Amino acid sequence: MAVLDRAAKSLLLAELVTGMALTLKYFFKPKVTVNYPYEKGPLSPRFRGEHALRRYPNGEERCIACKLCEAICPAQAITIEAEPRDDGSRRTTRYDIDMTKCIYCGFCQEACPVDAIVEGPNFEFATETREELYYDKAKLLSNGDRWEVEIAGNLERDAPYR
Amino acid sequence: MLETLLAHPYLAHPFVAGYVVPTVIIVVQILAIVVPLLVAVAYLTYAERKVIAGMQLRKGPNVVGPFGLLQPLADGLKLFAKETILPAGANKLLFLMAPMLTFILSLIAWAVIPFDQGLVLADINVGVLYLFAISSLGVYGVIMAGWASNSKYAFLGALRSAAQMVSYEVSIGFVIITVLLCVGSLNLTAIVEAQRTIWFAIPLLPMFVIFFVSTLAETNRTPFDLPEGESEIVAGYFVEYSSMAFALFFLGEYANMILMSGMTSILFLGGWLPPLDIAPFNWIPGPIWFFAKISLVLFCFLWVRATFPRYRYDQLMRLGWKVFLPFSLFWVALTAGVLVTFDLLPKA
Repeated sequence: MAVLDRAAKSLLLAELVTGMALTLKYFFKPKVTVNYPYEKGPLSPRFRGEHALRRYPNGEERCIACKLCEAICPAQAITIEAEPRDDGSRRTTRYDIDMTKCIYCGFCQEACPVDAIVEGPNFEFATETREELYYDKAKLLSNGDRWEVEIAGNLERDAPYR
Repeated sequence: MLETLLAHPYLAHPFVAGYVVPTVIIVVQILAIVVPLLVAVAYLTYAERKVIAGMQLRKGPNVVGPFGLLQPLADGLKLFAKETILPAGANKLLFLMAPMLTFILSLIAWAVIPFDQGLVLADINVGVLYLFAISSLGVYGVIMAGWASNSKYAFLGALRSAAQMVSYEVSIGFVIITVLLCVGSLNLTAIVEAQRTIWFAIPLLPMFVIFFVSTLAETNRTPFDLPEGESEIVAGYFVEYSSMAFALFFLGEYANMILMSGMTSILFLGGWLPPLDIAPFNWIPGPIWFFAKISLVLFCFLWVRATFPRYRYDQLMRLGWKVFLPFSLFWVALTAGVLVTFDLLPKA
């Protein structure tokens, strides 16, 4: 009987038909594609994207040139030079990040005592030349200005877990 | 209108009336078949991507034009703009002839395909034989490409393809013989007309299935796409091809798929005949029925591709020689026996 059963199954292509019925069923299911440039997936508040240097609400830059980020950076992507400003406060004269070296580990933002350097939610910063990925202080500050709302929101949402 | 035009003194000249006018008419007829065929090929690639995407829960091309409908044009333009690379060790003449041969063979077969009663370029009495001969010649394009490329992958792909196409042609031959036994003619129009009462797909269902599977193997489609085997031999016989030479292979392969679907429709699904010869069905003109049947078979081609993994080579050969060949041979004998016993043989 088992032989007959098996013969009937293979002659009637039972398994092939079952497989094809399955794919046909999937053909009519709703699609899961995220239509990327127009639709985007959700991001965690901890997402580590493009770097930004933040400012205080009065416009003063947060960074105090402690160089902790430069020290902890495992890829040695950060270069900082600093000297006292005319008003006596210590500020950076140079703050460069080589984005081609950066491994996006997030140690810099963990090390920062004043939440100045952060990794924001932006991940669409591809460039056509390598040079454009050598970020300087002006670029990082402008990133901070551009993404401040999102960065502040993310820090606030993540605060309870820290 | 046409009579008055043909009566014009210039056209009445014996040379013009005897040679020029018929040539022009034939060229127009050829274009009327080839142009829609090439458009169909282009949109078959689009349909393939959409169908496979749908079965994998994706959306498929949807960016170029509305619903991505201009995607085939963009692909064609891309291939057209690329450089045709001639490998240093290649036999240049054969290397360039192979894609042309494949493409031409896939087009000339359409000369005998009837789209409706009397709507056929060449209504020859050996239509089936002609189709069979042309589809067998397709192997040459593949072998030439594989040999002329002077590359081991291309050569392996060509060998596989040749062995595979020859193996499955045997069972296709027997399937066609079964149909011919029921029709009593090699003329494709007569084959379709013989299906007025019932489509051959119903009484000859097993042969229909064998024919469909064999056409999959014949056109090197999944699950029999070993000649292309991306995972081991990169792309098989056309690894070395680029640009328009590659495009010609691609067009030829897809035109062959459409041709094989057309053959399936003519041999088993009643060609241009409506499923039932009653009111709502026979209002629709024959060519549209034919187109619908071809589309249905093509959908099955794509559906199979989205469903099954590739066969192993020994399994492929086993299926062809140890399963399909004896089975179709048995069915030829059975059909012939039934036709003789019940005196159903078609009378000349």
